[in-house]
Amino acid sequence: MQFFLEVLIGGLLSGVMYSFVALGFVLIYKASGVFNFAQGAMVFFAALTFVGILEMGVPFWGALILAFGAMVLLGIGTERIVLRPMVNQPPIALFMATIGLTFFVEGLAQAMWGASVRGLDLGIQDEPIEWMMETTGIGVSKFDLFAAGVAAVLVTALALFFQYTRVGRALRAVADDHQAALSIGIPLQTIWRIVWAVAGFVALVAGLIWGARNGVQFALVFTALKALPVLILGGFTSVPGAIVGGLIIGSTEKLAEVYLGAYVGGGIDSWFPYVMALAFLLVRPEGLFGEKHIDRV
Amino acid sequence: MLYREAGQFKTTYAADQQIFPIRQDRIGLALLLAIAFVAVPLFASEYWLKAILMPFLVFSLAALGLNILTGYAGQLSLGSAAFMAVGAFAAYNFMLRVDGMPLLVAFALGGLAAALVGVAFGLPSLRIKGFYLAVATLAAQFFIVWILTKVSWFSNYSSSGVITAQDMEIFGYRFDSPESRYLLVLAIVAVMALMAKNMVRGSVGRAWMAVRDMDVAAEVIGIRIMYTKLLAFAVSSFYCGVAGALYAYAYLGTVEPEGFNLDLSFKILFMIIIGGVGSISGAFLGSAFIVLLPIFLDVLVQDVFAGVFSPSIASNLQLMVFGGLIIFFLIVEPHGLARLWQIAKEKLRLWPFPH
Amino acid sequence: MNGRQIGDVILDLQNISLRFGGVKALTDISFDVREHEIRAIIGPNGAGKSSMLNVINGVYHPQEGRIVFHGEERRKMEPHMAAMQGIARTFQNIALFKGMSVLDNIMTGRITKMKANFLEQAIHVGRARREELAHRRKVEEVIDFLEIQHIRKTPVGRLPYGLQKRVELARALAAEPSMLLLDEPMAGMNVEEKQDMCRFILDVNDQMGTTIVLIEHDMGVVMDISDRVVVLDYGKKIGDGTPDDVRSNEEVISAYLGVAH
Repeated sequence: MQFFLEVLIGGLLSGVMYSFVALGFVLIYKASGVFNFAQGAMVFFAALTFVGILEMGVPFWGALILAFGAMVLLGIGTERIVLRPMVNQPPIALFMATIGLTFFVEGLAQAMWGASVRGLDLGIQDEPIEWMMETTGIGVSKFDLFAAGVAAVLVTALALFFQYTRVGRALRAVADDHQAALSIGIPLQTIWRIVWAVAGFVALVAGLIWGARNGVQFALVFTALKALPVLILGGFTSVPGAIVGGLIIGSTEKLAEVYLGAYVGGGIDSWFPYVMALAFLLVRPEGLFGEKHIDRV
Repeated sequence: MLYREAGQFKTTYAADQQIFPIRQDRIGLALLLAIAFVAVPLFASEYWLKAILMPFLVFSLAALGLNILTGYAGQLSLGSAAFMAVGAFAAYNFMLRVDGMPLLVAFALGGLAAALVGVAFGLPSLRIKGFYLAVATLAAQFFIVWILTKVSWFSNYSSSGVITAQDMEIFGYRFDSPESRYLLVLAIVAVMALMAKNMVRGSVGRAWMAVRDMDVAAEVIGIRIMYTKLLAFAVSSFYCGVAGALYAYAYLGTVEPEGFNLDLSFKILFMIIIGGVGSISGAFLGSAFIVLLPIFLDVLVQDVFAGVFSPSIASNLQLMVFGGLIIFFLIVEPHGLARLWQIAKEKLRLWPFPH
Repeated sequence: MNGRQIGDVILDLQNISLRFGGVKALTDISFDVREHEIRAIIGPNGAGKSSMLNVINGVYHPQEGRIVFHGEERRKMEPHMAAMQGIARTFQNIALFKGMSVLDNIMTGRITKMKANFLEQAIHVGRARREELAHRRKVEEVIDFLEIQHIRKTPVGRLPYGLQKRVELARALAAEPSMLLLDEPMAGMNVEEKQDMCRFILDVNDQMGTTIVLIEHDMGVVMDISDRVVVLDYGKKIGDGTPDDVRSNEEVISAYLGVAH
């Protein structure tokens, strides 16, 4: 039982990581209807840029600000160069364009900062919390708990931002109906730029935490792909869905690996989330929190 | 000879429904085939045959397969490489476990195995579309590679799933030389391309495009959506499967499941985007482009800009150029090189009097 | 409209009710369609006219009611089955296949009649080849009939609206349907195009004997060409009969005609 709990908690906390990436997807999908495959690459780009700037001798906060600046630039560039010319194309074409963007951003990041694996120290150790270990016997990593805390803060901040700021309201209007928002004078392109910048910020946070956990390396891109099943579970348009979906994927993946993996030679976490999402799709195609869509003829 | 159709009148529907209704195009294709079948084996160097023409042909076949599914039937797949893997490993096992299995039959069975797996992973397409389906095909990509690595029966218990293709032999003739291998692959690809063209210009192809363009209307007309989509998955995976078998037997000789990774799937997707979504010739153009571009970039970085860029930058430059080109084509010419070629021909038909 | 003989009831809709979640689209609607007649469905926007057509060709499945087609009660049926039974249709918003030429679009209309499987087509000898040519001939007849020879090879996306509507009709006619459902065939057309379309509808009905069920907003057209009219309002039937009957029906006038004209 203790072991089960430990695996479950470990899984939930690593699920938080997936939620980070899924959050970025949801923001962009809500605001512009674009399924941004490049979100994972943006996480990689952000982490690598941050570490690269840090290595140049810039202090932590300075590097954070500069990396955020780079993400904003990337977001604005994407809006200007990719999204705007493709405004009337079918969603699937935009999706493919973001696959192209993925390759471009990955190449750009490594061309700028090199392809070697770097460590990243945020000052929080990846070790069990002592008092919990002593009282309950369950090992929970300090770092994972910290990551969960950051996620909570980030989601709260985003929720407040959407609910109470002018930009947030405009964003929700755009998400609801592009044409209507445009017709009451909401500047669509500005909103898109802001959303891409915010998604860039989310990617930066995700990149820092992932980088500190697993090292800043190309493999981040593949781990980030797991945000896709998370989205299918949670629904493309729901922020809570991204969080809950991440937790479900993270925990089931770990549980499956520990309890089933032994029988089939391990490594099933490479595909388990996808197959689970697939099974889920057949039952509830709109996701846990998504809206049901009826085709009209 | 000018590129003109003046004086070529169609008196029967049969004449009007030819693959190439314009005489000059037919002559052009005949020339192309003559060069490919006669001149190339006579004059091409071993490097060209092995390192450029072979991957070009194999990838063309895979791109044809993906284009049937994505370009014609409108179902986006990110798992083409996995279906290639199924074809390669199935062909290997048929050759290994069945005494006296003829090579071409093994390739066909490899394709059929891939078709079956393709249908299984195509089932979700009956309920989901677009990027949902793309994620579903990712499941195929990761699951298939995993199972081929884990279940060592598939690779005859070799370490890490590596298989070494058996010798290729048809009626006692061994395909050892690069020229003979090239000709074998060329013949298979040419026949399968012709069959693909026949399908897409017939009622099967129209059903695929109808489902792609508007599925509700397609169903109202009497098209069975389920059958049509699954057939697209089956045919597409068959093509990818045969391509996978050729990849293992004729091109590389030794492959492992990891060789059929997500990167390869993306590469094939890029071929059809750049070559032309929903076009048979586009598969060939795209494949040529994607095979030649890295070579071109290598030359550029190492020779032309020697010293300016470090050699390690070439691979990153390649990523950026691929990504950039995908975006460029999607924005500027969503129908790819094939459409550009068509536009050029239309201009040529009227040249020098454009009005 | 002489020369054609209106026959027996071939489609009988009894007490049809259709709901989407909690929203009632159709409530307890009954009417019938006779062979060879032109039957119009009219009503204000949102009255449930398109839903009615969707029920007839199996796109929607009503929760209650019976549908009797050619004397047989129909169980739950998918749209492609309706097509097999000879029901063809056009859509309110043009539903052509945008990536295909006019010819290919119309050829898809004959898909239920083509028998060669995909392998025969891939090899393209024998039956597949013969079939393709035979059906091309039939399609050319439809093209001649609707006078669209000049745009045969044009991609449909490049055509003006009126011609697209005509191509959609051609695609439906290519199936040689016994019953044709037309959803606002003249919407958005100018007077000349409307006259052409009217002529085509009457010719189809007259020369091919096709039974026609149409939805149309232009009252002049409806009263001119239809044999019988059913009037819907808020998903309920409020009138049914010959154009003259309907014109004098108080409820219809207040709900629809009185408001519109």
